[in-house]
Amino acid sequence: MDWTRLGVTGAALAAAVAASYPAMAKETVIIAVPTFLSGPAAGPFGVPARNGAEMVVDAINAGTLPKPYNTKGFAGATVEALFVDENGGNTKQVSEYRNLVQKRNVDAVIGYISSGSCAALTPVAEELKTLTVFTICGTPRIFEDAPRQYIFRTMSHATSDGVAAAHYIKDVFPGIGSYTGLNQNYAFGQDSWRDFDLSMKVLAPAAKASDKPQFPKIFAGQYGSEISALSLDSAELVHSSFWGGDLEGFIFQASPRGLFENKKVLFTVGGTAIYRLGKKLPDGVIIGARGPYGILARGVKTPLNDWFIKTYVDRYGQYPADPAYQYAQGVLATKIAYDKAATAAGAFPGTEQVTAAFKGMTFESFSTTVTMALADGHQAVTENAFGISKWNDVEGEPGLVNVRFYPAECVNPPGGVTSVEWIEKGMPGAKC
Amino acid sequence: METAVTTLLDGLVFSSYLFLVSVGLTVIFGVMKILNVAHGSLYAWGAYTSAFLIGVWSEAGLADVGTFLMIAAAALLVGCVLGFVLERGLIRFMYARDEVIVVLATFAAFLILEDVILLVFGVDPYFAYQPMALLGSTEIGGIQRDVYSLTLIGLAVAVGVSLWVGLTRTRWGRLLTAVIHDREVAAAMGIDVTTVYVVTFMLGAVLGALGGAYVAPMVSVAPGFGIEVIVLSFAVVVIGGMGSIPGAAIGALIVGIARAVAVHQLPEVELFVVYGVMAVVLVFRPQGLFAPARARKI
Repeated sequence: MDWTRLGVTGAALAAAVAASYPAMAKETVIIAVPTFLSGPAAGPFGVPARNGAEMVVDAINAGTLPKPYNTKGFAGATVEALFVDENGGNTKQVSEYRNLVQKRNVDAVIGYISSGSCAALTPVAEELKTLTVFTICGTPRIFEDAPRQYIFRTMSHATSDGVAAAHYIKDVFPGIGSYTGLNQNYAFGQDSWRDFDLSMKVLAPAAKASDKPQFPKIFAGQYGSEISALSLDSAELVHSSFWGGDLEGFIFQASPRGLFENKKVLFTVGGTAIYRLGKKLPDGVIIGARGPYGILARGVKTPLNDWFIKTYVDRYGQYPADPAYQYAQGVLATKIAYDKAATAAGAFPGTEQVTAAFKGMTFESFSTTVTMALADGHQAVTENAFGISKWNDVEGEPGLVNVRFYPAECVNPPGGVTSVEWIEKGMPGAKC
Repeated sequence: METAVTTLLDGLVFSSYLFLVSVGLTVIFGVMKILNVAHGSLYAWGAYTSAFLIGVWSEAGLADVGTFLMIAAAALLVGCVLGFVLERGLIRFMYARDEVIVVLATFAAFLILEDVILLVFGVDPYFAYQPMALLGSTEIGGIQRDVYSLTLIGLAVAVGVSLWVGLTRTRWGRLLTAVIHDREVAAAMGIDVTTVYVVTFMLGAVLGALGGAYVAPMVSVAPGFGIEVIVLSFAVVVIGGMGSIPGAAIGALIVGIARAVAVHQLPEVELFVVYGVMAVVLVFRPQGLFAPARARKI
């Protein structure tokens, strides 16, 4: 027996086993993807969100994402996605979350659209020490109320909508002398109006705020009285963070009453309606999407965005709306964190290693650069964008004109200060 | 002055909407003592069917004026079919049971019907804007108003008057009144109580579906459409007095006007107005404003 040869062979075998360890240690990563699959938010938000996540999960498992993300799986492990319904209220979401983590043994939860869901789940996610990636919900309170260890949010919070909207008004409609609001009466709607109002006071101090901004109940459906009140209000501009079915219903009811002809109307979450309403969305409406997503990303020419749009259109037969991008971004961020943690650990990473890798990372997403810059590396900042709706007769499809982008450092507060404090102090340090 | 006129008109439009969506609930309760939680589903089915039929009509290139026929057809179709199926398939087994059991059974029916909507119509909202576009807009009180929502007032008045005449001036109405007062005596006098119940439930179902069908062109008809309306309907019916049609009308008027005043004068409290009015009424008249008098049985 050649003991030397045997020893070398054994060592080589051991090295081979060690090299393949990260992939062998865990074959499947189970992620839960909560999104609205029923209720009024399902069509405009939930389904595009599910599609975006599903498409990217499939591409990750097949290793067909464009470079540099063309390695298979999360740190080599196949991703199994469980899509769950976000509809039904916060109590249901909390019990569903516990069920997912404690009984179905999910490794990570990636999703949530409503700020109400995110606010209710934050303490539970921390208690259960489960990696939780919020994808869309906007309220800044998640990280401003207390530091978090296991929660991340991969898009800017809603403050950047208000700040970017005020910048857009200042830049494109500098003559606007007064403004009012139409926002749903819950955390997101109230925060959205507050941030926009404060930002206007800083950026366009000559413009006067109405003393009667409207706060209808979420999912109210009937806005006749609100449209009358807005029509009688002398304000020239209407700010609204309406979303989903409420947004579309309001547009239907306000159009024949001439509101869009008599006033400038700005929808911070209008991107979800533009493809769905087509010609029924009037020209001249100011549209945002909390970043370059959906129709605001149509002009972004990168291999990642080209792949995203083409693959989505081929698979679902329509252009991807904002939520498709935003959920896909959350899934991509988690893959990057897993891969990075596995490389650092030299083995398949645990939750603590993934969260350590997630903190503060910067990555190229499908349509923008994402930096986990706030809340000790847990809260993303991205650029923001607004444009004006204009039907494209040549292509026979919706379009935007006068699109302007605002850098992340311009529309997001820096670390260590709350959104309100930052805006009230005049947005110190903003780089526009 | 402009604000006063606009507030009044907004209040009347919203009151009409409230009356249309709640009158079916109060008709069924008044006759059958059934608190029908599935009423919200009848409303949603009416809206979906109306939006679907309007879409089919318009895609066929037919005149837009015919879309109003589609609204009526949707209300009749949904009300008659679902009303009959619910009464014969579920409600009739509940007559001898406790009221709480009936509420739970109709709630179960509501949940099932909501999921069937998802299966049949999917999650994408339906748009049926043609009737609204056809009627255009007009200027009243210094602002533009769409004529379609103003027609809600006329429809509510027509429905209310028809019900009043039907109940108080026709033979059928007298039979119904007899059943309301005492089911057993009515049956003993030869009234076919089973038929009265079936027809009443179908009538209530048609009214619920009509509310949804007529509102469909003004909104995005989306899943969950019927949930909000249950709460509003119950509030109006409780304020007016369970089972009273004039009570539903007055309850709708009070809530509608109060909400319009809140929107125009104090928007922050709009969210609470409906429930605030309900709480005040219940403190002073727990039976509601116009609860029908009950004969004392010995």
